[in-house]
Amino acid sequence: MISIDNLSKHFGKQQVLFDITTEIGTGEVVAVIGPSGSGKSTFLRCMNLLEMPSSGTIMIDGQNITDKKTNITKVRQNIGMVFQHFHLFPHMTVLKNMIYAPMKVKKVSKKTAVKQAMELLERVGLKDKAESYPSQLSGGQKQRVAIARCLAMEPDIMLFDEPTSALDPEMVKEVLEVMKGLSHTGITMVVVTHEMGFAKEVADRICFMDGGYLLEEAPPAQFFSSPQTERAKQFLDKIL
Amino acid sequence: MNFEKIYEYTEFLLAGTKVTLSYTGYSMLFGFTLGVLLAFLKIQKYKPLQWLAFMYTSIFRGTPLLLQLSLIYFATPQLLDYDITAFQAGIIAFSLNSAAYISETIRGGINAVDKGQAEAALSLGVPYRSMMMQIILPQAFKNTLPALVNESINLLKDTSLLSVIGAMDLMRRAQVVGAKEYIYFEPLLFIGVVYYVLVMALTLLSNILERRLRRSDQH
Ligand SMILES: Nc1ncnc2c1ncn2[C@@H]1O[C@H](COP(=O)(O)OP(=O)(O)OP(=O)(O)O)[C@@H](O)[C@H]1O
Ligand SMILES: [Mg+2]
Repeated sequence: MISIDNLSKHFGKQQVLFDITTEIGTGEVVAVIGPSGSGKSTFLRCMNLLEMPSSGTIMIDGQNITDKKTNITKVRQNIGMVFQHFHLFPHMTVLKNMIYAPMKVKKVSKKTAVKQAMELLERVGLKDKAESYPSQLSGGQKQRVAIARCLAMEPDIMLFDEPTSALDPEMVKEVLEVMKGLSHTGITMVVVTHEMGFAKEVADRICFMDGGYLLEEAPPAQFFSSPQTERAKQFLDKIL
Repeated sequence: MNFEKIYEYTEFLLAGTKVTLSYTGYSMLFGFTLGVLLAFLKIQKYKPLQWLAFMYTSIFRGTPLLLQLSLIYFATPQLLDYDITAFQAGIIAFSLNSAAYISETIRGGINAVDKGQAEAALSLGVPYRSMMMQIILPQAFKNTLPALVNESINLLKDTSLLSVIGAMDLMRRAQVVGAKEYIYFEPLLFIGVVYYVLVMALTLLSNILERRLRRSDQH
């Protein structure tokens, strides 16, 4: 479980997150939506400390990760992150991308790591690409590898920052399918997305952000049919 | 022109190639190592060390190489009471000097690597050190390879300054032959050709390397 309490973030003088408090249950799938610049990415990046919160606490399964004494590297091993622009390692093959962290960080043997990587690649439908370099893959394939690379670390939590926003329309579906498959595995997912269809269908809860505030939280059915705040109404009017 | 007169010196002159190349090679090796270290100092967050590295670069780039070489060769015996050889002085001066340039090249190469690479590695729980060594640096080196070869070409040409402190490199040998036979044009032209061939060989090497690296990346 992730408990976020009064989380604020400043960049210099500019405050971009204001007292965010929420809880994300184990296995829950949360979709974070909101207009551009509302702080969605920053919020997400605070959860694995790619951004250091300015104040407030984030507890993961009872451990306060914002505490100075916490081993950040250790915490991150348990939290996968998928980026808009994939960020595969271009100088490594797909397979090497997948086995690098498990071998380096978790000291898994090469044999075990390869076996697991191949299983994951099969799961995302890219077994035949193991020896390819990232530059030889399409966007959708890259993103599926990126997801598989995270899964190779066997995290309890996965963060997605607009995983389909950089993809050509015809490749969005293949990535969303993989994510949908993941949502049934008990892994906790926090997904920043503009894919309202996906949010509606897959998420257990919608978090609507605007201007650095977490303005509204509700199950998708309720949120999309009767948003409570004026800002959410305006936002939905614009995009739907 | 009278090349017959220097014919008997061919071997003597060519022996300078080995001297010139060994100065270049050693200086490149030490300069590169020190340059990488300096680049790390520049990108880490502790200000005093950062400042030190930038000062270092500034000083070595802001003064003539010939001055640095002379200082090390002539001032060391006076200050440290150590009789430094031309070889030692040359290697030290060229290494220290090229490290300043190389550190800037490497720093630029590291900064040019997409920030997302570091974030992806960190978010996988990869420790900072491994991330640097296995994710960032390989990509940074690849970006800077042409610049590094350029630096080694500059270094090779700059080693001709060694003649001032009496090291028997190509340049010095041409001067020796000139002084003996009272002809200057022919020996200088001769070593000019040798320098040019060496530089061309390095350029070719860099082209091959670049092509191979690109292939490993893309196909
Ligand atoms: N590293 C940074 N330094 C300074 N300001 C930043 C930084 N990162 C984000 N910001 C600012 O913080 C605010 C929130 O940005 P953030 O990227 O979290 O928004 P977002 O909701 O993810 O937007 P988008 O939908 O465009 O991705 C913006 O005003 C942005 O300019
Ligand atoms: Mg964003």
